[in-house]
Amino acid sequence: MSVADVSLRRAGEVPVERAPRFPRKPKGISGRSIAIIVFLTICAAFFCVPLYIIITTSFKTMEQVREGAIFSLPAPFTLDAWWSAWDTACSGIRCDGLKVGFWNSMAILFPSLILSIALSSVTGYALALWNVRWANTFLFVLFICAFVPFQIIMIPLIILSSGLKVYGTIWGIAIVHAVLAMPFLTLVFRNYYKGIPQEIMSAAMMDSGSFWRVFVEIILPMSGNILIVVLILQITSIWNDFLLGLTFGGLGTQPMSVVLANVVITTTGEAAYNENMAAALLTAIPPLFIYFVLGKFFVQGITAGAIKG
Amino acid sequence: MPRVQFEDIIKTYGRVTVLKNLDLEIDDGEFLVLLGPSGCGKTTLLNLLAGLLDVTAGRITIGERDVTDLDPKDRGLAMVFQSYALYPTKTVRGNLKFGLASQKIDGAEVDRRIAWAARMLQIEPLLDRKPAQLSGGQRQRVAIGRALVKKVGLFLFDEPLSNLDAKLRTEMRLEIKKLHDELKSTIVYVTHDQIEAMTMATKIAVMDGGVIQQFGTPDEIYSRPRNLFVAGFIGSPAMNLRAGKITNGGGTVTAALDGVTLDLGRYGFASQPADGQPIVVGLRPEHFGAPGQALADAAGTFSLPVQYTEKTGGDATGYLKFGDGLIAARIDPEQIGRFRQGDTVDVSFPQGKVHVFDAVSGARL
Ligand SMILES: Nc1ncnc2c1ncn2[C@@H]1O[C@H](COP(=O)(O)OP(=O)(O)O)[C@@H](O)[C@H]1O
Ligand SMILES: [Mg+2]
Repeated sequence: MSVADVSLRRAGEVPVERAPRFPRKPKGISGRSIAIIVFLTICAAFFCVPLYIIITTSFKTMEQVREGAIFSLPAPFTLDAWWSAWDTACSGIRCDGLKVGFWNSMAILFPSLILSIALSSVTGYALALWNVRWANTFLFVLFICAFVPFQIIMIPLIILSSGLKVYGTIWGIAIVHAVLAMPFLTLVFRNYYKGIPQEIMSAAMMDSGSFWRVFVEIILPMSGNILIVVLILQITSIWNDFLLGLTFGGLGTQPMSVVLANVVITTTGEAAYNENMAAALLTAIPPLFIYFVLGKFFVQGITAGAIKG
Repeated sequence: MPRVQFEDIIKTYGRVTVLKNLDLEIDDGEFLVLLGPSGCGKTTLLNLLAGLLDVTAGRITIGERDVTDLDPKDRGLAMVFQSYALYPTKTVRGNLKFGLASQKIDGAEVDRRIAWAARMLQIEPLLDRKPAQLSGGQRQRVAIGRALVKKVGLFLFDEPLSNLDAKLRTEMRLEIKKLHDELKSTIVYVTHDQIEAMTMATKIAVMDGGVIQQFGTPDEIYSRPRNLFVAGFIGSPAMNLRAGKITNGGGTVTAALDGVTLDLGRYGFASQPADGQPIVVGLRPEHFGAPGQALADAAGTFSLPVQYTEKTGGDATGYLKFGDGLIAARIDPEQIGRFRQGDTVDVSFPQGKVHVFDAVSGARL
């Protein structure tokens, strides 16, 4: 065996010395896979056709929209509808476009993300890895809470938040988002941390024994996958939320989704379809962006046993 | 440095009692091995000492200190886990450093200790790697290093070698033994592997069913097993255990088993056995004389047909048909080739090596 062979071996590879005597034929396309491809194509068309119409319409002028050929390509191609949706579209009596809603949504998103993830990860960590008294009872309560629909507690929450003088403010919406997400996120984190080998936690108890130090130095760095999953879930659900923004948002503090709805509803004269389509797309961009950037990790996170049980 | 003492330890999980009224004393500098079959409570006992579990009742002292209610980090000990339990996101250096997390020492001393442990375990080139980039043996060394940097007098090991292959295991066995000699610290080491226990321990505590069956040096455990459990557990191939009866009359004591009479005239009975008392006789395979050779001090001679033979390189065992079972006898591997199935072999057994146990209580007579 040559030196090169030996070093290959060490890397876990075996050098190929001759062609195989019994090569296997690659499999052809079977009837079954044709059926699957047809089915998937129909499914894709179900989503793609409306998307195609939305995208093309948003780049058209109102003259072309009025012609009524909804499948035609934009001619002339224009970004006017996008600009007016962003900057000047009217929602109610204000004509500032979607940008106000966009910045409101951002201002809601970040505090509630930080708040909900910080609280639920620490709670999940405590419940999973420390001896917490009544932990099982607490878990049961969380489990129940995670399945209470928002509509049921909406009115009490409004009364509560106006009592706390946060009703109608950006902070009010952010806090309510964080609180409502807490039970579910805590369960997610708790289940993930339950999967951390017992001996690692034992070692950490012997080495440090400090609740916060073990969390920050050992557990948090091991939480990459689940943080990505939770981040994506939270960003999409907060950004796409409508009901909570509608009921808790005051004038000028409404999130983008609510502003979008108002823009679409508010029509003076004819319906500006191109502007409405552009507005809808504008609103959808941030979650899409997150999926594209973090999507790869999302799948990894799920397959790493992140969302289980 | 510490002397470890368990006093009347009871541990229950819900309604299941895992350790019953256990007493154990470990002297300073001892290499104590807790040996026993899987599920007998070894890990539980070790975790109680480490403070990772709470005792249900009882007292644990280390040196003069009652540590029963102390946190693990305050007990002045270090532990090496079976799965190594390295922190996956930290480098080797980070792992060693976190081993010192609860100690208030300055950065220069931390670096000094890491360098010392790394040199001792020959992991210096690995310091900046992550655990995932290490082999099993290297991870094991890092895990030991994380315990070493603490510079404590008491080390706990929970089956640290059971995830390694046979060759590495032998190497690491020697190395842990060497560490013990150099550091002069006390070690409590859990294993179910009797070879590990016999080769490393200065004292062995054989456990079964949450009870310490025998506590003594490896030699004592091997040559004077206190009861049937220890007799059957220690030794490979296992000791032959055969039921029989005592005949005590006319000034001679003999044991009758399945047609063979063993002379027990020189056996050191703790108290004179009664005539007809049911017993179990223990004969280690390695103590049989060579086939066909009559020993001068033989307790008795077996003339038995060969059932099958087994060779393991430098050693060989013959399994001989005796009554409705088999008796294992070590036979010189040079000679064993001569025997075919059904051949009759004459082997005698020396007087001084017989073990006799009470058939009812299982205790050594
Ligand atoms: N958390 C637990 N709950 C209930 N029973 C347990 C628990 N941990 C261990 N046991 C039981 O205690 C006994 C001893 O376990 P252990 O100390 O791990 O054994 P060993 O290390 O000797 O193999 C076993 O029978 C096991 O089933
Ligand atoms: Mg164990």
